[in-house]
Amino acid sequence: MKASHTELIVRALKNGTVIDHIPADKLFKIVSILELDQLEQQITIGNNLESKKLGKKGVIKIADKVFKAEELNKLALLAPSARINIVENYEVVEKIDLSLPESVHEILQCVNPMCITNKQPVSTRFDLLDRKRGIFKCHYCERTVDLSEIVVK
Amino acid sequence: MIKANGLVSITDCEKEDILRILDLAEQFEKNPNPHLLDGKLVATLFFEPSTRTRLSFETAVQRLGGRVIGFSDAATSSSSKGETLHDTIKMVSNYVDLIVMRHPVEGAARYASEVAGVPVINAGDGANQHPTQTMLDLYSIKKTQGRLNDLTISMVGDLKYGRTVHSLLMAMRYFNPTYNFIAPPELRIPEQYRIFCDDNHIKYHEDTDLNSVLKTSDILYMTRVQQERFTDPVEYEKVRNTYTLRNSMLDGTKDNLRILHPLPRITEIATDVDSNPKAYYFEQARNGVFARQAVICSILGLV
Ligand SMILES: [Zn+2]
Repeated sequence: MKASHTELIVRALKNGTVIDHIPADKLFKIVSILELDQLEQQITIGNNLESKKLGKKGVIKIADKVFKAEELNKLALLAPSARINIVENYEVVEKIDLSLPESVHEILQCVNPMCITNKQPVSTRFDLLDRKRGIFKCHYCERTVDLSEIVVK
Repeated sequence: MIKANGLVSITDCEKEDILRILDLAEQFEKNPNPHLLDGKLVATLFFEPSTRTRLSFETAVQRLGGRVIGFSDAATSSSSKGETLHDTIKMVSNYVDLIVMRHPVEGAARYASEVAGVPVINAGDGANQHPTQTMLDLYSIKKTQGRLNDLTISMVGDLKYGRTVHSLLMAMRYFNPTYNFIAPPELRIPEQYRIFCDDNHIKYHEDTDLNSVLKTSDILYMTRVQQERFTDPVEYEKVRNTYTLRNSMLDGTKDNLRILHPLPRITEIATDVDSNPKAYYFEQARNGVFARQAVICSILGLV
């Protein structure tokens, strides 16, 4: 059977991590927030690839990189539909399902300009209020935000 | 639950907390001067002025035999010299048994409760929370209706920005209310509170016409419609007139109807309503002292 274009990209990686099924409009945001542009390792980025599920999707594969929990949380907030594959010796050895964290410390910025976290040196904290709707609540000003509104630092 | 580190948000209160505070408030109304706070010192830190709220808290403390230190606006506080909230709170918590604070920044009280070594009561943090106001509203409802359950509560005016409305709406979720939300389209109740009602199986009805709900209401909760919410002054004048309650409008309303308002009112309740026995807003303010005594003594573990 003929392998699809994206599968080829995935298979070309010897060791590292593949982020697949990224909504096309989120890809460069993820690159910037996870500071992937600062990495020394080989990195391949594909965007606007055909996807049955998303229409157009992005794929990022990074050699010799395993994401830390905090980075996975950021990914879950930016692109909950993304799939993470850990590759060793050209084989996918682990698939990580992204799930929204119960509580998010520091990495989100509150959208409320009158929030204490935007006025004084206070680090942010958000608590997941509604997993189904993807709604978080600022621990301080109690403003609720959904995933489309959140600002990831 | 109301924690030992204070009362920051009404959303921290469970049904039992609310009922307990209201029972205590009733006891303080019967006997407002027990010397429960003898030898205790309370700080009232008002980073923005609110004479009404400050006097209510200070009355509550002093009637219980406690003493008060503090400031009444940011100009006289060290924050005007650029001191962070963190440092002010750390300093003051060295001196007192309890901090009551009002601050224009939202979330300031939550943060203060996390850094203070003593309990913090939120006396208003910007547009966010003012939980003792909600307690006194609940106490006023219970006192005038004899119960909290199964009441029809009509909330009128600025339902978009009115924090007292939002807090009351959430606190009443334990008591099977029916809500009427009466507001101009510009000041409609925000979606998150409609979702809140749906999630909590609370019946509600939205309308722009105040007259449509007067005859079925047990509680009419009026709020101030502020001019700064409107970009068009003509629109403001129109809305202001539409949402003014006049004495003649109360003909044919239920005997048990009571009119509440967090005060100060501007024009949304005509002065000819004041002498109607259904007007309750001045007694409501008096209830604030008992509700605050209840909260203070409960947090300090004195009752
Ligand atoms: Zn906030």
